[in-house]
Amino acid sequence: MLNKIWGLMIIIGVVYGAVTGNMEAVTDAALDSAKEAVSLCITMIGVMSLWVGLMEIARDAGIIASLNRKLNPFLTWLFPDIPKDHPAREHISTNIVANLLGLGWACTPAGLKAMEALRELHVENCKRKYPAQWEEHARCASREMCTFLVLNISSLQLIPVNMIAYRSQYGSVNPASIIAPAIIATSASTVAGLLYAAIRAGRERKKGML
Amino acid sequence: MNFAAVLANISNIIIPVVIFYVVAMGLVAKKKVYEDFVKGATDGFHTVIRIMPTLVGLMVAVGILRASGFLDLISMLFRGFTDQMGLPAQLMPLIFIRMFSSSAATGFALDMFREYGTDSYIGTLTSLLLSCTETIFYTMSVYFIAAKVTKTRWTLTGALLATLAGIAASVALAGVLT
Repeated sequence: MLNKIWGLMIIIGVVYGAVTGNMEAVTDAALDSAKEAVSLCITMIGVMSLWVGLMEIARDAGIIASLNRKLNPFLTWLFPDIPKDHPAREHISTNIVANLLGLGWACTPAGLKAMEALRELHVENCKRKYPAQWEEHARCASREMCTFLVLNISSLQLIPVNMIAYRSQYGSVNPASIIAPAIIATSASTVAGLLYAAIRAGRERKKGML
Repeated sequence: MNFAAVLANISNIIIPVVIFYVVAMGLVAKKKVYEDFVKGATDGFHTVIRIMPTLVGLMVAVGILRASGFLDLISMLFRGFTDQMGLPAQLMPLIFIRMFSSSAATGFALDMFREYGTDSYIGTLTSLLLSCTETIFYTMSVYFIAAKVTKTRWTLTGALLATLAGIAASVALAGVLT
């Protein structure tokens, strides 16, 4: 997807710049932006090293494992149909905690494993309910998958570490000043997503749908 | 004390509190906190180095689009619509691209910071928008491929609803803060 987006951005920019006679500005912008990206990364190296270093201490000290345990009641409420000892629960929990703490690279692997585990569960259920055409039914997302993805896309990250680095690079008087409002905004989006998912999933459960 | 000042106070204490809590817990658990920190920091360092080429590519693309005048054209086209929503028209390209690519959205956000500053209304709103939304279509395609699912049912509706709630909250908060 990014190949097309990036390619289009460059093509449109150069052609539009040529038409409007902004070629000199386009030249400057291309060179300056490349330079700027590198100096931004230097600021980010500092902030990210600090954050990831702290999170490594948090992992070693058992803070992350204890967050995972604290998430349990919430998972039971949100996914009542996933059996207690199913591996999907663990992957979902790891993904949520990594998301909350802004550990981007840890989110995706756990998220993908969660989806694979949810698929196994879904296939089992489909085979039981529709022995003849289970394959067709398994191509439809299960309500656990929908709920998990809505939760994921609602953005869970509590402290926007990257954003603080960008703001400090671009001369913000107080780069961290967005933390509290960002927590409120991200809670608003998560609550909206969760309510919607809970209502949809609840209705389906009542109807006895898979 | 008004709401904005309360938020500012909370924002200012969160990072020191997190640092204190994590290090204190590490010490209580008798862990080698400094060695852990350096190990994690090395990971963080490599992560940024890994994304640097991506950032160069995307910032160049956004820079070219901006300098060509194309982004102004887009903003102008959406002016009527965005005025009604209480959104600055300049943010339309950012909100749109955010649904497809996180790194491309970062490129647009930095462009906003360069043009309008980080602490202006637009700068604050940009910071909040990026902090409370996710790449809808990218996440959905990657995750559903892993689950071998082609019919995504109500995922997109839920995701769009959550994103809209985030945008609305960001607009309201940015208004209070600036």
